[in-house]
Amino acid sequence: MAATRDKFGRPIVVVTGMGVVTSLGSGKADNWKKLTAGESGIRTITRFPTDGLKTTMAGTVDFVPVEPFSSTDLSERLGELVAEEAIAQAGIGTKGDFPGPLFLAVAPVEVEWPQRQELGRAIGANTEVDYDAMLRVSGGGRFAQYHRRFLFGSVADHLAEKFGTKGSPISLSTACASGASAIQLGVEAIRRGEADAALCVATDGSVNPEALVRFSLLSALSTHNDPPEAAVRPFSKNRDGFVMAEGAGALVLESYEAATARGAQILGILAGCGELADSFHRTRSSPDGKPIIGCVRNALSDAGIVSDQIDYINAHGTGTPENDKMEYLGISTVFGERAQQIPVSSNKSMVGHTLSAAGAVEAVFSLLTLEHQRIPPTINYDIPDPAIPFDVVPNKARDARVTAVMSNSFGFGGQNATLILTREPV
Amino acid sequence: MTETKSSSPGTAEVWITGIGLATSLGEGLDAHWDALNQRRINVDEKGFAPYVVHPLAPVNFDAQIPKKGDQRQMEAWQRIGTYAAGLALDSAGVKGNKEILGRMDMIVAAGGGERDLAVDCNILNSEGNSAPGFLNERLMNDLRPTLFLAQLSNLLAGNIAIVHGVTGSSRTFMGEEAAGVDAARIALARIAAGQSDIALIGGSQNGERKDLLVLYEFGNFNLTGKFAPVWARGEKSGFALGSGGAFLVIESRAHAEARGAKPYARLTNVVADLARRKHPGEVTATLEKLWSGIGKLGNNGVIITGATGAEPATSEEQAFLNKHADFAVRASGTTFGHTMETQFPLGLALAALSISRGALFPPNDPTGLEVEMSNPPTQIVVIGAGHWRGEGMALVEAVK
Repeated sequence: MAATRDKFGRPIVVVTGMGVVTSLGSGKADNWKKLTAGESGIRTITRFPTDGLKTTMAGTVDFVPVEPFSSTDLSERLGELVAEEAIAQAGIGTKGDFPGPLFLAVAPVEVEWPQRQELGRAIGANTEVDYDAMLRVSGGGRFAQYHRRFLFGSVADHLAEKFGTKGSPISLSTACASGASAIQLGVEAIRRGEADAALCVATDGSVNPEALVRFSLLSALSTHNDPPEAAVRPFSKNRDGFVMAEGAGALVLESYEAATARGAQILGILAGCGELADSFHRTRSSPDGKPIIGCVRNALSDAGIVSDQIDYINAHGTGTPENDKMEYLGISTVFGERAQQIPVSSNKSMVGHTLSAAGAVEAVFSLLTLEHQRIPPTINYDIPDPAIPFDVVPNKARDARVTAVMSNSFGFGGQNATLILTREPV
Repeated sequence: MTETKSSSPGTAEVWITGIGLATSLGEGLDAHWDALNQRRINVDEKGFAPYVVHPLAPVNFDAQIPKKGDQRQMEAWQRIGTYAAGLALDSAGVKGNKEILGRMDMIVAAGGGERDLAVDCNILNSEGNSAPGFLNERLMNDLRPTLFLAQLSNLLAGNIAIVHGVTGSSRTFMGEEAAGVDAARIALARIAAGQSDIALIGGSQNGERKDLLVLYEFGNFNLTGKFAPVWARGEKSGFALGSGGAFLVIESRAHAEARGAKPYARLTNVVADLARRKHPGEVTATLEKLWSGIGKLGNNGVIITGATGAEPATSEEQAFLNKHADFAVRASGTTFGHTMETQFPLGLALAALSISRGALFPPNDPTGLEVEMSNPPTQIVVIGAGHWRGEGMALVEAVK
C-alpha cells in the first residue's frame, strides 16, 4: 500500500473533483478543448453601455443567465456551477451533504449601482438625493433582500447551505491570489487532520461599470479593444494591461487516505503551497522581486521539492507591463538558467484575468495539463519582449511530459501565493 | 462543528502576547481599562440621527502611521485598523523586529467598500437626464483613482504590511461577525499544529458611515433614537455601529518564551459553526453545541459576548446565557457598539486584558443580566453570534 503521508509526515492532499467556468465556456471539457485550441473568450462588453470607457472588452460570462444582474448574484451562480461539477466528479458525500468545510474566494461584496439607483427612484424625482434620504427609504423591509444579498458572507452562506458543507464557511480575499489562498486553506485543514475533505471554490462575476472604472483608473487594464480577442498579450513587448474576466473554479480536496479508502479517482496531488506578503507598495511589487522569490521558494520547500523537478509553470501572466516583468525576475532568480527552457504559459491570454477566481481556475487548468500531458499556449504572442526570454509556449498548445506544475498568483496589496501540483505524490 | 483545540496532546499551547485597541473609548490598554471600570460609553445619538453610532475617540494617527502619504492612501476603517495593529505589535514587543515581522502570519477580518458619498449623490441627482454611458463618464471623472485601494477588503492587511512590515503571510477573511471568529480560529489552529509560530489577527470598522448604515437599514438592524444597553433594548432591537480596531498577537508558548515575551493570557480554543437559523432556537442550540466543545470549564467563569442587540439572535443567545447563569456576563456591544468583523477580536482582547489585570470590569446593564464579579477571572469564554449568520466561541485562560 502506498504511503498516505508526505515526507514531512503530513497527510497527502489529493484532488478528486474539479469544476470550472470561464468566458470560454462551462465545464472542464469545453474549457480544455478551447484552451488548447488557443481560443480567446474576450469579447466586446454588451452587458452595459461602454460609452466613455477606455476599455470596452472583457471576458464576461454571458451564457449564465442571472436576472436581475448583480456581480454578487453572478459570482454565486458561477460558484454553484463549479461546485456541482467538482462534487459530481468526486462522487463524494450525498446530495446536499458534503463531508467537510468550505473555503470560498470571492470578490468583496458591495451594494451595486442598480440598487443605489433603485433607492434614488424610491426617494422620488423632486427630492435631492443624499445618503440621509437614502437611509429614510432603506428601512421598513421593502429592501430586506438587499441586506441578505450584500453581506460579505452571503455567497458562502448560500453555497454552504446548498452543498451542506460542515462548520463555519470561510469567505476570503487575497485580491488576485484569492483562488490559490482558498486552496491553501483547504490543504492546511486536511494536513492538520481537521477534515478528510474540503470544498475549495473561487468565483468572480465582477464585470460591472464601477469595477471596470476602478481598474481603469489605476491604469491596470488593456485598451487594445479591437479586436478584443487579441487584447491580452502576456509576456509580449506590446502588452498593455490585463483584461477583466469572470469565471469560477472549484476543487474537492481529500486526504489521500480518505480518497483511496472510498475508491475515489485521484486527479492530482496538491503537493505544496507558498505565500509571502510584499510591503513595498499597494499595487506594485518590490523592485528586487524578493517577495515573489520567497513565495515561490516557500511553495517548493512546502512541497519538499527543488525547482529542477518542476516541468511547467502556469504563470500569473496578467499581461500588465509590471506583473510580467516581475514574474520573470522572480522565476529566473529561483530557476536560474532553466527559466529560459521551462515552459511558462499564461491561461489569461485566453480567459482573461478572473481576479478572485484566477488561482482556482488556473489550478484546474494545471491539473488538466497534468492529466492530458499537454500545455495550453500563451496566445497573442507575436512580439516577444526580449527582457522576458521565457518559453511561453507561443500561440499553439504543446504535448509534453509534465509531472509537476507550479501555478503562481499575485495580487494588489502585496499578495503572493504559489501552488505546486503533481500527478503522483512526491 | 469546526473545532480547533490547542489543548489536545501533541499540539502547541498558544499565548496572547500583544493587544492593540483603538476604539470609541480611546486607545491603549490603560485607557480602556479605566474607561471600562468607569462604565464609560462614548455614543453619538445626534450626528447620524435617528441612528445611534459610537464614534472613534480622537487618535493621533501619526503615532502608528508616521507617513502622511500612507494615511492619505487609506479610508478611515483602514487607518483605524493599521493604527490598532501597530499598538498590538508594540504591546507584543515585536514592533520593528524585522526578523519576526518577516515571518509573522496575518489574518485580518475585514469589511471594506467605504464609498465617496458625494460622488454617489451627484450621480444619482443627475440621472434624470442621463445618456447611455453617463454613469461611466461620471465614475471615470469623479472617482479618486486610489479610492479603490481604500475600499478593497484585503488592503487593510496590505496597509499593515506596508506600514508595519508584517509579511510572513497576508490573508483577509470576510463575512461579517464570523470573519473575526474564523481569523482567530484558523490562526490558532495553524500555530497549534506547528504550521505557524506567531500571527497577527484582528479587524477594524468605522461605524460613522452612512453607506454602512444603509446596508443594515435594509434589514432594519440599526438602533435608532435613544441609546440603550444591549440587554435593555427590548422591542427596540438593533445595534449601534461601533468604531474601532482590535488586534492581537498570538504565538506558541515556546516562541514567546524563547524571546522572553510575557503572556496576557492563553488562547485555548476557538470553535465556530453556521446555524441555518430557519427555526426558532437554532442559535441557542448551536451555542450549546459550541459550549460543549470549548473545553473543560470550571466554576465562576466569565462570558464576554459580542451580542449585537439584533433579534432574534440576541434573545436566542440570552436563552443560552440563562442556562449558564453561574457565569458572569459582559456584553461588549453595550460599551463599544457593534463593530461587526471586529467584535470577536475585541472580545478576545477584553478577555485577555481582564485576565492580565486579575479582575473583571464591572457590569453595565440595568436589567441585571450582568452581575458583579470580585474574583480574578481565570477562564473567559468569548462569544460571537452574528446578527444574521455565524456563531463562534473562544476560551481564553490564565496561563498556568
